[in-house]
Amino acid sequence: MTDIFGQTLNLNYVLLLPEIVLLLSAMLVIGIDAFKRQLNVSDNVPVGLALAGLVVALALSILQVNVDEDFARLIQVDSFTNFFRILFIAITLVIIVGSHEYIEKSVSHVGEFYGLLLLATVGAMLMASARELLTAYLAIELLSFSLYIAVSLARSDRRSGEASLKYVLLGGVASASLLYGLSMIYGVTGATQYHEISAVLSAGDTGLTTPLLLGLVLIIVGLGFKASAVPFHMWTPDAYEGAPIPVTAFLSATSKAATIALLLRWFGGPLLPIASDWQFILSGLAVATMVVGNLVAMQQVNIKRLLAYSSIGQMGYMLMAIVAVGSGYGSDATSAVLVHLAGYIITNLLVFISVTHFFNQTGQEEISSFKGLAQSNPYLALMITAGLFSLAGMPLLVGFFTKFILFQAIVSAGHLGLVTIAIVASTVSLYYYLMVIRQMYLYEPEEGTEQWKLSVTGYVTTLALFVSLVVFGLWGTPLYAAADAAASGMF
Amino acid sequence: MTENDGYFLIALIVLPLLSAVILMIIPSKERALVVGLTAISSLVMFFVSIYVFMTYSFDGSTFQGVMSYPWIENIGLLGENGISLKVGIDGVTASLVLLTGIVVLPGTWVSWKIQYRLKDFFILFYILTAGVYGVFVLLDLFFWFLAYETALLPMYLLIAVWGSTRKEYGAMKLMMMLMAGSIPIFVAIFALFAEVGLGTFDMEVLLSAPKDEGFQKIFFPLVAIGCGTLGAMFPFHSWSPDGHAAAPTAVSMVHAGVLMKVGAFGIVRLGAQMMPEGALFWGPALVALGITAALYGAISALRQTDMKMLMGFSSISHMGYVFVGLGTMNVIGMTGAVLQMTAHGLMTALFFLLIGAMYDQSHNRDLPNFSGLAKQMPIWSVFFVFASLASLGLPGLSGFVAEVHIFIGAFRSYPIVGGLAVLTAAITTTYLMRALAQSFFGEANPKWDSLNEMTWIERSGAAVLVGAILLLGLWPSPWIDRIAPSISQIPGLMM
Repeated sequence: MTDIFGQTLNLNYVLLLPEIVLLLSAMLVIGIDAFKRQLNVSDNVPVGLALAGLVVALALSILQVNVDEDFARLIQVDSFTNFFRILFIAITLVIIVGSHEYIEKSVSHVGEFYGLLLLATVGAMLMASARELLTAYLAIELLSFSLYIAVSLARSDRRSGEASLKYVLLGGVASASLLYGLSMIYGVTGATQYHEISAVLSAGDTGLTTPLLLGLVLIIVGLGFKASAVPFHMWTPDAYEGAPIPVTAFLSATSKAATIALLLRWFGGPLLPIASDWQFILSGLAVATMVVGNLVAMQQVNIKRLLAYSSIGQMGYMLMAIVAVGSGYGSDATSAVLVHLAGYIITNLLVFISVTHFFNQTGQEEISSFKGLAQSNPYLALMITAGLFSLAGMPLLVGFFTKFILFQAIVSAGHLGLVTIAIVASTVSLYYYLMVIRQMYLYEPEEGTEQWKLSVTGYVTTLALFVSLVVFGLWGTPLYAAADAAASGMF
Repeated sequence: MTENDGYFLIALIVLPLLSAVILMIIPSKERALVVGLTAISSLVMFFVSIYVFMTYSFDGSTFQGVMSYPWIENIGLLGENGISLKVGIDGVTASLVLLTGIVVLPGTWVSWKIQYRLKDFFILFYILTAGVYGVFVLLDLFFWFLAYETALLPMYLLIAVWGSTRKEYGAMKLMMMLMAGSIPIFVAIFALFAEVGLGTFDMEVLLSAPKDEGFQKIFFPLVAIGCGTLGAMFPFHSWSPDGHAAAPTAVSMVHAGVLMKVGAFGIVRLGAQMMPEGALFWGPALVALGITAALYGAISALRQTDMKMLMGFSSISHMGYVFVGLGTMNVIGMTGAVLQMTAHGLMTALFFLLIGAMYDQSHNRDLPNFSGLAKQMPIWSVFFVFASLASLGLPGLSGFVAEVHIFIGAFRSYPIVGGLAVLTAAITTTYLMRALAQSFFGEANPKWDSLNEMTWIERSGAAVLVGAILLLGLWPSPWIDRIAPSISQIPGLMM
């Protein structure tokens, strides 16, 4: 089949099977939930269907690991895409399994909630695989709209609605800015395909410097919002605080990773020829993000807000890698940022799932409410401690290894100054993680010392995450090899 | 040392880690099991350390017992042998491994009387020990830094949970200052990897690879400041008295006895051996900071009343000698610096063991509160006087051997500094004698009549350290024969 320009289109739908399966199961989950009473199905059906869809999609993605093909010039299925597909599906799986008690108890409209998570996952997957500007934009909106709703679904928490409103308004502005920027790029280059834009821009002066720069700035503003880069981060702590905890986990994992994937695709592909125009902007954003994120985190008293600022700080480290991509170290910097991303996600999920279970038991999310957790639940205290130390990049845990590789890649690309700031920021982060840890270990519990236990799924997910935290911390080879294979798909 | 002795080096890291893992599984209630396991594990580490030290003899190659397992290679920015699990020792680390074995053994013994969460204490304590051994035996920069940070990480909880007096303040100050200290080391490691550009963290390759002189001059001070912070180098020392005063006995012993030496050793390995031209250039600065620390620590110690604070400032002063020795950049001075690491490690561990033995009963360490302790605790007092004599450099004890080397080295390069160093030794005598005269002799204070003599476990622990101090003092050649040849391989050194 050919398109209107006469170019052959590859319509191999097998390539899109993981996305198709997820979409269908999302529809099914929402549909069944709507007619739950008429169909007389049990409460476990939506979650079961969602999990089944995820597992099938995961298997299909693993089968496609070695594929390198495009679909109708819109979607590129290569090792980079599959790395992120597997990552995103795994995140959603872990979140659903690890926090289904919370979802059943503290989320309104459970069926829709699972459906929205699946849709958001599809959006994230498409963001990583798009090879054309409009497809990428639609993928961003699919992810964002699903999350706008999901943020508002916390039951009997008035902060949830406020958070959602804030997120949707600011998100709308960011999307508009992004779309305007994309139209400028299209106006200058006359193309929406990544490789065509790249060809036009590297051919030299298009004679239209101002619109190109304007487009670039608008794109960076739009994506900066999605990535919660300072100064576009203001929505992050409020959305994190108001959202149900699993959605917060999703925001900090999938949403951030998808943005990084898109940034790598754009700034390592079509926009690479004009690297000198955006490198200094991104350097400035990275520095501001690392510094502000980590400094403001010290002031927080709510664990979700603390983790929000900490994730802002983490985004700063990863933005540096985009700068390094612009310096011509694309492959090394990409594999380094991907391995750090994977390590960060494992760590972050461990922390969030532990916090979810803590909330299930106590209904508290203030940092001071963690007092004496080492006595009332030593296992959970150890899990949270390991997670926080890994976020701070402490040794024996995956955070140390991935941060080491990431920083080394950026130094090798010639940005020692940036990395120095990052290391200082990372040391500051240790301080506020220690403030949480000392609550757990140094003080007596306030409400009795009787021990309590997690649910079985809670133990399974946290233990699995903890084991991968330690194993990849000491032997990061498989993680790094996967990241390197993914990066080689792009460069 | 044969190639297969590399297994013993790996064992030194694996043993404490394995003990920590087994301890995690043992239920907390089983105190006897915890004590038994730690007894065996510390004893095995002690003997393996001795074996490693004994079998090492200089044979012309820089490292012995080298053993390497590929870990990650040819991925991303890593090339051939990118990151490998590689062990090996030279004469310097042979003596430091021995020091660690000697200090951890009594450190384990005196910790058995901890009542609060003994098991958790030992888990953290042995992770720390594994980190310390790792720094000494690992020859891959990635794992080296991993071990370095592993040695620091447990300190926070060890002090904050099991410490005394201002423990939260001391723990946080120590942790943040030491972590800030690792910032420049981190930067220097990344820069070194990029400068050499071979895609490997193998330290043998990095040591022999040519490095630009300007690069060495820029990055040597970063390493010196970073590692110097852990070694309590003036003016980055202020965590040390507070941290030591707050820490529990065994942690003070290992921290002042071994961990501070990790810092000084970092300057030898990453600084002098890795960037010799930078070390030659910055040597005078190191000497100046070292002698300032020696004088400053000694003068501050004159004013202290808390026994642990006294020892904290005394440690700063003694570590000052180490930096003077390292900065002389001649073989005698640097050998003396390494000897002083061992000598100070042994004697300061003995001091902290003794102070702990008394503090656990009296819950008071203020010197003016005591008098005539020699009548109330005679055996304890004999040990204390012995430690003081070792500290002030009495001939025949460990401190003398080390200080003589440093003084000679200093006189060769900087005569004025040599004179100041001798003056410091005199001040050291003053503050120690003052403490002894005030609290140990004279009329016994009846308030402390109830103090009991040291337990047999504490006496055995002290005896191990006393034996090592005497051995090093009377027969130092096993140490010197191992240290000096390794030191003399650093290019650009004077004799």
